[in-house]
Amino acid sequence: MNNETNTSPGKNVLVEDYNNNYKEIFKQTPDFINNIRQTSFKEFDLSGLPSKKDENYKYTNIEAAFLGAYKRQFSKQKLTIDVNEVFKCDVPELDNYLVLVNGWFYEKEKLLTKYNNGAIIGSLIEASKQYPEIVKKYYGKNLTKQKNSLSSLNMAFAQDGLFVYLPKNIIINEPIQLINLIVATEELMVQPYNLIIAEENSSANIVICDHSLNPQSFLLNSTFEVIANKNSKLEIYRQQNAHDHSVQITNTFISQKENSFVNSVNITLNGGTVRNNLYVELNEPHAINKSYALWLADKNQHFDNNVHVHHLSPECESFQLYKGIVDNSSTGIFSGKILVDKKAQKTLAFQSNKNLLLTNDAKVRSKPQLEIYADDVKCSHGSATGQLDEDAMFYLRSRGISKKESCQLLMQAFADEVINKILLEPLRNEINNLVEKRLRGELSRCNRCKVNCGQ
Amino acid sequence: MLSIKKLKVSINGKPILKGINLEVKAGEVHAIMGPNGSGKSTLAAVLAGRELFEVTSGEVIFEGKNLLELLPEDRARMGIFLGFQYPIEIPGVSMVNFMKTAVNEKRKYQNLPLLSSSDFLKLMREKKELVEIDSQLTNRSVNEGFSGGEKKKNEIFQMAMLEPKLAILDETDSGLDIDALRIVANGVNKLKRPDSATIVITHYQRLLDYIIPDIIHVLYNGQIVKTAGKELAFELEEKGYDWIKKEFAE
Repeated sequence: MNNETNTSPGKNVLVEDYNNNYKEIFKQTPDFINNIRQTSFKEFDLSGLPSKKDENYKYTNIEAAFLGAYKRQFSKQKLTIDVNEVFKCDVPELDNYLVLVNGWFYEKEKLLTKYNNGAIIGSLIEASKQYPEIVKKYYGKNLTKQKNSLSSLNMAFAQDGLFVYLPKNIIINEPIQLINLIVATEELMVQPYNLIIAEENSSANIVICDHSLNPQSFLLNSTFEVIANKNSKLEIYRQQNAHDHSVQITNTFISQKENSFVNSVNITLNGGTVRNNLYVELNEPHAINKSYALWLADKNQHFDNNVHVHHLSPECESFQLYKGIVDNSSTGIFSGKILVDKKAQKTLAFQSNKNLLLTNDAKVRSKPQLEIYADDVKCSHGSATGQLDEDAMFYLRSRGISKKESCQLLMQAFADEVINKILLEPLRNEINNLVEKRLRGELSRCNRCKVNCGQ
Repeated sequence: MLSIKKLKVSINGKPILKGINLEVKAGEVHAIMGPNGSGKSTLAAVLAGRELFEVTSGEVIFEGKNLLELLPEDRARMGIFLGFQYPIEIPGVSMVNFMKTAVNEKRKYQNLPLLSSSDFLKLMREKKELVEIDSQLTNRSVNEGFSGGEKKKNEIFQMAMLEPKLAILDETDSGLDIDALRIVANGVNKLKRPDSATIVITHYQRLLDYIIPDIIHVLYNGQIVKTAGKELAFELEEKGYDWIKKEFAE
């Protein structure tokens, strides 16, 4: 085996930091998690940060993104502000939310709740202490199969994160919402780890909103591990809305069992460099996964969306629709892969990426891929990048609608195809609103929230 | 109302219209007929402001304004309406949102207060009845998945909503069965006002059984080669366009 490790200035700092602080890091979590930290750290130390030579990171310079003088918090630090003072999400029906500040839970009374029906929702660290047998069963189990050095890094430093446990047959209709807030007076690197477990026949909606409270640059490298057991049903919605000096990386791993259904919608409204990795594994028959994403990039923003769907079992379905609107000098990237194993006969898999290119300086890169080893499947993929349709523009203008408003209508129509996949109505309306404002170049602030995203 | 003088238009350097003269007064219905490729649709598109075409010379005055200087949306707000030969499908843009935006843009231009949602829906209901359009169609995206006939009816519905001064209907009859044709023609006739005018562009005489024109022009090879009363339509129906082609062959 080659012992040569991959080094870069960003990586070296992280390795050093880990070696100097692992004692403090280990104090936060039980041994079973710390063992995983060690393994993950070794993996990261070996692989290093993904370089531009890595085919999967060819167009996004992750090494450069890690070059900031980021500080890391190895344990919960004292907060100097009252979160409820500065942040309020007042979207109707989305009023009971959990707030993760810089990767930690601060609200003591909401730290971890076990409901009468057995559902457990709250802090992952707290859950790993109170319910170690549940957490241990799933923690990091899916990630080992995917060699992703960014999630290895996350698992080594893993802070707190959302823990959701849905027991057998439990259906939760009220959305479970997490607000991921970054409030920093210095450059921060934040690495939360989140775990969502849906047992047999359970169902829930999960809403995650990433926000920044002040314009200080930060790097968010988060991991989501989602386990959808037999007949379970999950809706996962994520909104990314942070300022232009942010680096946001998400590593989402979804593992599905028989007849489970997972619908996920990711909306990237703002950010500096965004890299979203989604890995889906369909492990047993009749599992269905639907993944949608919409990104609206302008200025010099750089949004990179990567999806990898693995069909390991027969008769599963997967569907991906990824759409981007890129304006000014921004870059939008899509890379998707559907991998169908030899035994995954009767697979249905469809993948589509569509981009709207608004200027000559904006860039789009798109790489849809299919890798099929079974011989009885229905799979298709496609990618289309273009400008606003001239004929449609003229049609609208010929009815008295100005050029600007016609563009707006057509862009919104483009975006709606993804937004409409959000089944939670109040959230859909809110996202619609934010997208409309965003496309008009107005401040996209969530309702009366004081956070100025996109500044 | 509309005065076109010596209008010459080309596309990619190729002349399409070679000196059109046309006068349309309020209250009149003009029909422009002619064989395929004679420039009928180009004339309609140029009047509506399509930028694809290059106006090389001539002028178009509408209600005292130089039309050629105006953006398509400003022409529409002034009261020009183009009924498309091939209406465009716009997935994701709802008919309601589309029409509401269009009606209110026009009202803004006219310094009228914007319509409230309930007033707008009321207006939509009235106009839908007037033009006999299936009320489900307006719940869908603009023309998306509409049949040929539905698309044409939708054009007339939009015309009813926008109440233009000058409606230019480009081959509105093409692809319509006789019932749809009657509905479309009835719509046009009902919407006629003493202060408005209509230009009907058609290939066949059939539509003119329902919409009676005051004046018929024959456009051939980029020029209006004949102008006469409605009896001209019957002559064309009987003899086709060959005699015109012969008479005006280059």
